[in-house]
Amino acid sequence: MTDKKIRVLIAKPGLDGHDRGAKVIARALRDAGMEVIYTGIRQTPEMISEAALQEDVDVVGMSILSGAHMTLFPRVMELLRENDMDDVLVVAGGIIPDEDVPALHEMGVQGIFGPGTSTGEIVDFVRQNIL
Amino acid sequence: MSDQEKLAALRQQREQWAESTLQRTLDRHPERQDAFMTTSSAPVERLYTPLDVAELDYERDLGFPGEYPYTRGAHATMHRGRLWTMRMFAGFGTAEETNERYKYLLAHGETGLSVAFDMPTLYGYDTDDPQAMGEFGKCGVAISSLADMEALFDGIPVDEITTSMTINGPAAVVWAMYIAMAEKRGIPIEVLGGTIQNDILKEYIAQKEFIFPPQPSMRLVVDTFEFGSQYLPRWNTISISGYHIREAGSTAAQELAFTLADGLEYVRWGLERGLDIDEFAPRLSFFFNAHNDFFEEISKFRAARRIWAREMRETFGAQDPRSWLLRFHTQTAGCSLTAQQPENNVVRTAWQALAAVLGGTQSLHTNSMDEALSLPSEYAVKVALRTQQLIAHESGVVNTIDPLAGSYFVEALTNRLERETYGYFQRIETLGGVIPAIEKGFFQREIAEAAYRYQTEIDARQRIIVGVNEHVEDTPIHIPLLVIDPEGYERQVARLDQVRRERDNERVGTTLEALRQAARGTENTMPHILDCVRAYATLGEIVGIFRQVFGEYREPTIV
Repeated sequence: MTDKKIRVLIAKPGLDGHDRGAKVIARALRDAGMEVIYTGIRQTPEMISEAALQEDVDVVGMSILSGAHMTLFPRVMELLRENDMDDVLVVAGGIIPDEDVPALHEMGVQGIFGPGTSTGEIVDFVRQNIL
Repeated sequence: MSDQEKLAALRQQREQWAESTLQRTLDRHPERQDAFMTTSSAPVERLYTPLDVAELDYERDLGFPGEYPYTRGAHATMHRGRLWTMRMFAGFGTAEETNERYKYLLAHGETGLSVAFDMPTLYGYDTDDPQAMGEFGKCGVAISSLADMEALFDGIPVDEITTSMTINGPAAVVWAMYIAMAEKRGIPIEVLGGTIQNDILKEYIAQKEFIFPPQPSMRLVVDTFEFGSQYLPRWNTISISGYHIREAGSTAAQELAFTLADGLEYVRWGLERGLDIDEFAPRLSFFFNAHNDFFEEISKFRAARRIWAREMRETFGAQDPRSWLLRFHTQTAGCSLTAQQPENNVVRTAWQALAAVLGGTQSLHTNSMDEALSLPSEYAVKVALRTQQLIAHESGVVNTIDPLAGSYFVEALTNRLERETYGYFQRIETLGGVIPAIEKGFFQREIAEAAYRYQTEIDARQRIIVGVNEHVEDTPIHIPLLVIDPEGYERQVARLDQVRRERDNERVGTTLEALRQAARGTENTMPHILDCVRAYATLGEIVGIFRQVFGEYREPTIV
């Protein structure tokens, strides 16, 4: 790694307003020295991929607790690819059932963090997996 | 000896104890931690004595149950007279699936209904709206028109049972659907009992399911107050909610203060409309969280009743004792549940529910053990309901009223929470009131701060969560999880298409246009919403009118 700050977009896709986790993670990554942009709630996949492009981020973190991840995440991944942002590290958190995890890994969501994950674990994962 | 002299003597004895018996013990066995704290990170002392409640005046501060200031309870006999309503929040997939769940819960002894709506419904979108992509039936049941509401309550005696509906932005519309459903079954609407959450202020503060900007949203809320006081005297037109504020990460004091501040704001808006306080205040109800810290939670409920009674009587001059009374629903803390070792959640929920009962709750939802993983299965929800029944019939805590009154600790905590609440009231006033404080992000910042502190305490192991940062196991989860009908979406959209096809579309157009005119003016929108609903206008169409007239709200983004 160079000493350039890691840039992270934290996004809340869909209609889900549960933003406690997203905000906690945003602060934890910021306290760990990263540059964090938080989109706020109710982001469409288009808004998320556009923000990722505009902000030129290294990491996209999505938090979702509504259960709509299997509809929204594939669309975000598709749009990131269309924007030539395949190299961005994509991680996700919230309520994501175990049985969805293999499909999400398959589509390129590299880290999936459920309830009870420590913020330190997420910081380490980001640092270790950033290209 | 005078009371002052007794206290002085006690203070001296206490100091002696600290220097002798206590010090000897500490020298041999230091305590496990340097400091102890509540779930809200508030310090807890080693011991509480009469010195900590020296200012307590029994008559002024506690009184008798069913009498001002209601600290000891809302009713004269409390749970000896009537148990709380066992009301399980439920909803998923289609109206038919959820209807089945309601019948299952009623068959197992539930005594009130509580509807969870899906995300699109909460935001006023029909199931087939592009904004609703992937969200159908995931967090609750989808209700897009009166036809769905009819299916939801099919075969359920809504004239006998009370129904609570967790709906906020589109509360007036969904309430109108419920009223129209009862009308169609020939039930006089004045007998309907229940609650709409309808608490838009806490949406901006915490739950984030707002649609319109604060001012027109508040107008819709007051429209429901006015309509309810005229036509549905048994309906609680609002449930002023601290639950979501707490789930978003607030402390107990913040939950209490922000919720009561919201309540007082609704009262001001009702008065500005020209309503008589004693006409609408008796139908204001509350909703609190029961989190992990047993004594802090009990104290919070007691403080809530006392503060509300005082504010309503002293500040607003309400005359009817029913206006002074804070009645509340409680839900155990979803955010306290762990995905790890989910069976442990049964135990957490049990003591949280016990705190709600000891705090004098009027109704109660107990979370299911699987709720950190998915919506509850039948198996899990039955255990949660049984937890309430066990407390009611086996624990003995219901046999006497407010049994923890007079505990030095509980009374000191009650006083502390009251003091902190008034401190927040002052800060909110300095910011110009609740709505300016929302627009400035005050509440959101306070809550985010508390949530982050809580997480850092867990990460640093200053706070132990069993199964998460202590006694961790790496074993697969064995409990069965809920499976939702995969064909539900198609069936829901088919019904929606049928409604649009078979209704009188001219009547729909006329009623929607009349609603638009009403929304632009100042008259009460409720009668017009009811007309739209009766004509089978959809939720999306009706809320769409308001979206056009009122606009949509964008919140300040606060981390």
